Amino acid sequence: MGDRHAVDHAALGDADVESLRALFPVLAQTVNGAPLAYLDNAATTQTPLPVQDAMRRFEQHDRANIHRGAHTLSQRATEAFEHARSTLKRFVDAGAAHELVFTSGTTEALNLVAHGLSTSGAAPAVIQPDDEIVVSALEHHANLVPWQQAARRCAARLRILRPDAQGRLHVADLARLLTPRTRVFAVTACANATGERPPYEALLALAADAGALTVLDAAQAVGHAVPDLSALACDFMAFSGHKMYGPMGTGALVGRRVALERLEPLRYGGDMVAWVSATETTFAELPMRLEGGTPNVAGAVGQAAAATFIDGIGRGRIEAHASALREHAATGLSELPGLTVLAADAGPSAIVSFVADGVHPHDIGTLLDEQGIAVRTGHHCAQPLLEHLRLGPTTRASFALYNTHAEVERLLAGVARALKVLR
Amino acid sequence: MTDNTAAELDLYQDVVMDHKRSPRHFGTLPAPTHQARGQNPSCGDDLQVTLNVARGQVQDIRFSGQGCAICIASASMMAEAVHGCDVADAQQLQRCFRAVLTGELEPEAAHLGKLVSLAGVRRYPGRIKCALLGWHALMHALGNAP
Repeated sequence: MGDRHAVDHAALGDADVESLRALFPVLAQTVNGAPLAYLDNAATTQTPLPVQDAMRRFEQHDRANIHRGAHTLSQRATEAFEHARSTLKRFVDAGAAHELVFTSGTTEALNLVAHGLSTSGAAPAVIQPDDEIVVSALEHHANLVPWQQAARRCAARLRILRPDAQGRLHVADLARLLTPRTRVFAVTACANATGERPPYEALLALAADAGALTVLDAAQAVGHAVPDLSALACDFMAFSGHKMYGPMGTGALVGRRVALERLEPLRYGGDMVAWVSATETTFAELPMRLEGGTPNVAGAVGQAAAATFIDGIGRGRIEAHASALREHAATGLSELPGLTVLAADAGPSAIVSFVADGVHPHDIGTLLDEQGIAVRTGHHCAQPLLEHLRLGPTTRASFALYNTHAEVERLLAGVARALKVLR
Repeated sequence: MTDNTAAELDLYQDVVMDHKRSPRHFGTLPAPTHQARGQNPSCGDDLQVTLNVARGQVQDIRFSGQGCAICIASASMMAEAVHGCDVADAQQLQRCFRAVLTGELEPEAAHLGKLVSLAGVRRYPGRIKCALLGWHALMHALGNAP
């Protein structure tokens, strides 16, 4: 974590969590007659009142279109949007050499990069025939499929950095894959299907040294372990608002200006142009060049409010809390008969994913829901990884700042009971 | 177990769990006249149905693959129900079973036999596709006449 963010690693206490829970009205409900235990935070986190209030304030007082119009509301809206951009840049420790582009989420941000590097515009595409793109096998489909398409478009080769049998990535394995033709290396900051936290700092540094453009999918890290961009050899980092207590349909691509300038825009239209004649157009400078069309301004305001909310609590404290819940869950689950926890020693992580002999995750998920416990079951958009680990679908519980150890105990009891019913 | 939850009572009845634990007609026919595969990409459930059809009758049926308890039990009861059945009757049974799960037909009116034990699935919209996967493969196989 960067110098600008003083980090306190003391976990949240029970009283802290109780008062924080009061800021999330959605949590105060019963599901199937039991209090909701929302443990699907890797899919989406809930938003607190301060985030909802910031968005409502914008909608009720400042809403207008941005970057146009001389009227007061348009100016206020533009200021709100640009203020959100600065807040989020500070949040990820972006420096003067960085810029941040608003997107609809991580998926759009990663597509913006893969498309932008594989499409020719005024200049030829960055990725050329016979170039190589290296992607880790831990990736969400959103950081794999766009690269498959980019490779196809450019007649480039897609190489996969495979994990070991425990699902861990190794720097030495990447060293063997890198060649002078490696144009791009893309990796996740936390595997959404297993909770594994790869050594992404070292992986990115090695790839950058080899001359590759580097891409980090920070979707699963941004809510509790925000990567420090100022200390990373990272050209492009993507993250979503809705996994950091912000609104759905929001996200950002943040990266080095020189790298972002090499991207051919994904969307052409208003707001992203400098001068347009009937036959020719010059594009605007960053960041607007990559933000064609009217953006989700309230969403950007909400996402920035979420960043402020996280730092108000303390990112180190949130990470310590989520990791403690994960460890509690992983330890308890490992003690159940015939149950295997994936990436058992994932290190600091907010995700615990598991498989149970002879019992399908969907059946576990239904029986947990019956007790008000929300988990995710299935492939988690990471089919190749689960195939590599010779696993099918899994059950995944994922934690946020508002979850409690009592909820972990309910999860453990619920899984134990489901195994009894289903075996 | 005391205080069973609704799902335990509704979805995972003894007969369902019995078919899940020891599925009937499990396997593949060596030289099927008809076959098809059903997959549910979101959860990885994947079933294959092989059939021997002659004189308009399902003379033999096997299914294989993997899936949740609902998926396997439904395919197992399906295989039992359509084994030796006229093709037209098998198709009619599929329509009735499907109509019960989608809420268009009351279970009591559908003459489902043992399959009625899966009627509770209709109250779990997320699980209906699990119960229908084997049936989709069956219909697909019957439509794939050589």
